[in-house]
Amino acid sequence: MKIVVCVKQVPDSWADKKLSPSDNTLDRASVDRVINELDEYAVEEALKIVEAQGGEVTVFSMGPDDAADTIRKALSMGADAGIHLVDDALHGSDAPATSYAIATTLADRDFDLLIFGSESTDARCSVVPAMVAERLGLPQLTYANKVEIDGATVRIQRQTDYGYDEVEASTPAVVSVVEKINEPRYPSFKGIMAAKKKPVEKLSLVDAGIDAARVGLANSWSQVADFSERPPRAAGTVVKDEGEGGVNIADFLASQKFI
Amino acid sequence: MAQILVLVEHVDGSVKKVTHELLTLARTLGEPAAVLVGTDIDAAVASLAEYGAVNVYAAVGADFDNYVVAPTVDVLAALVAEHAPAAVLIASTATGKEIAGRLAVRTDSGVLTDAVDVTVDLTATQSVFGGATVVHSRVSHGTPIITVRPNSTAPVASPAAGTRTDVVVALRESSTKAHVTNRVVAQKGGRPELTEAAIVVSGGRGVGGPEGFGVVEELADALGAAVGASRAATDAGWYPHQYQVGQTGKTVAPQLYIANGISGAIQHRAGMQTSKTIIAVNKDAEAPIFELADYGVIGDLFEVVPQLTAEINKRKG
Ligand SMILES: Cc1cc2nc3c(=O)[nH]c(=O)nc-3n(C[C@H](O)[C@H](O)[C@H](O)COP(=O)(O)OP(=O)(O)OC[C@H]3O[C@@H](n4cnc5c(N)ncnc54)[C@H](O)[C@@H]3O)c2cc1C
Ligand SMILES: Nc1ncnc2c1ncn2[C@@H]1O[C@H](COP(=O)(O)O)[C@@H](O)[C@H]1O
Repeated sequence: MKIVVCVKQVPDSWADKKLSPSDNTLDRASVDRVINELDEYAVEEALKIVEAQGGEVTVFSMGPDDAADTIRKALSMGADAGIHLVDDALHGSDAPATSYAIATTLADRDFDLLIFGSESTDARCSVVPAMVAERLGLPQLTYANKVEIDGATVRIQRQTDYGYDEVEASTPAVVSVVEKINEPRYPSFKGIMAAKKKPVEKLSLVDAGIDAARVGLANSWSQVADFSERPPRAAGTVVKDEGEGGVNIADFLASQKFI
Repeated sequence: MAQILVLVEHVDGSVKKVTHELLTLARTLGEPAAVLVGTDIDAAVASLAEYGAVNVYAAVGADFDNYVVAPTVDVLAALVAEHAPAAVLIASTATGKEIAGRLAVRTDSGVLTDAVDVTVDLTATQSVFGGATVVHSRVSHGTPIITVRPNSTAPVASPAAGTRTDVVVALRESSTKAHVTNRVVAQKGGRPELTEAAIVVSGGRGVGGPEGFGVVEELADALGAAVGASRAATDAGWYPHQYQVGQTGKTVAPQLYIANGISGAIQHRAGMQTSKTIIAVNKDAEAPIFELADYGVIGDLFEVVPQLTAEINKRKG
């Protein structure tokens, strides 16, 4: 089974994320950058499938130069090879542009599964996997908390608002995974060393056959007009329970007219 | 006046509150037209008319339940082509966002997710980075497709014609590739829906087990609230996953959020920190949840919460 996993580099979850005033895009310079947590689950699931039935895992990332670190991280977990789409013209791409770039780069590659995380922790759109499925005309098996492969048939449990759906499709298919699906491994020392020697293909827009007029900030399908930072929440009152803690909260609720 | 298409969320024809909110919002932007897909939809039409739908475009069929997302996109894309609406509004649920994303590709349009408001010039207000930053965005290409968070607008009835037109749209070949073979419903019924509730009472690892959620549910019921859970609690199987609040769960912004035995990890906060008023009960004075709390009690939730429930019931008389 040939699997491509899409991983994104994002600001560390604990970092204070900000937009940069110059062009209203995410300020990536001032924060630590890491692999999107949800994408580690995608890498793990790909590795588990390949360990069970053979095949190879390629990680794809679109992002600035140091997104190479994110690809290395996935390689150190055990993926076999990387593809890094890097070009200054991609800066500021929104979801339509990103999905276009991903779909164009991967359209002619040979894969059975294209696995995504269910959401990037910075954009929090959860739209790119479905948009790539749409662009490639592939079945959409998203929000999976379980993936089963049976020959050319893929079955997932799709997490829903009311429980889950069992969904089935034939390969090639687009899958996105939620964090309930597995526990991502930590790279071993051996894995980290081995990752340094694994091949990473570096592609520019031209290499990937991407139309420069359809990506980047100026060509995105939507624009941020302005932004403002919300003042932090004012510190509240914290009391120690001396046997009246419940009554204290009831008094507070009454003072706020909740009861 | 240009139409604003609103994709209807319903269960067997019973229209969800979020759709009434979207119709209320759509009335300020143009002429609301509801898009209703599925089986058993007849009962929905009157309710859509009551909240201002001038037209109701109905696509009846089981395909919308039998295949993932794409058939609904086929219908919306056909309606966008036919009516050239000024915008399409969709509820910001996991599935709603996927529909919006695919529709954006299909119609070569921009998409904005998780809006909390939309103004008459179709500028969307989004609250990003867990609520720390407020952004105003506009779609610059094609038909603005905007997903709007539940609980963002107060639904107000305003009757309109609600003229039903049935549409038949041929599905694309690629739209029937992901086949739903079984649907499993694991609902804890009877309480308001998590994303729609005015009050949410949540439990985390501190409740200690599935039975520990009893005190959380009793408090929720005393307040007419929805129940939420942290990932620690859903991962442990103490409460179903769809009640998870946070980064990978639901985003809630109720009037009142009560966190019990929840430490306040960044991923949990991402789903609740824009709540109007936050109360925390935790036995650890250092728990980060207290940084967010308008009112916090350091103590054992098994002492504090039942006492609070009893006190509320007493005051209600
Ligand atoms: C990719 C990813 C996605 C995630 N998504 C989410 C998400 O959507 N939602 C989410 O919630 N988390 C999410 N998390 C997990 C998050 O990082 C935390 O691990 C989780 O929120 C912790 O849950 P908790 O607060 O219930 O447990 P803990 O952090 O263990 O906190 C339990 C708290 O209960 C208190 N306590 C214990 N006993 C009592 C008692 N008797 N009375 C009072 N207090 C008591 C303790 O002092 C402690 O503060 C995610 C993590 C990752 C990596
Ligand atoms: N720049 C990118 N490079 C590679 N994968 C991406 C990129 N952006 C998004 N993705 C993938 O799409 C998923 C959902 O992202 P989003 O729609 O932004 O929330 C992520 O978990 C990644 O798997």
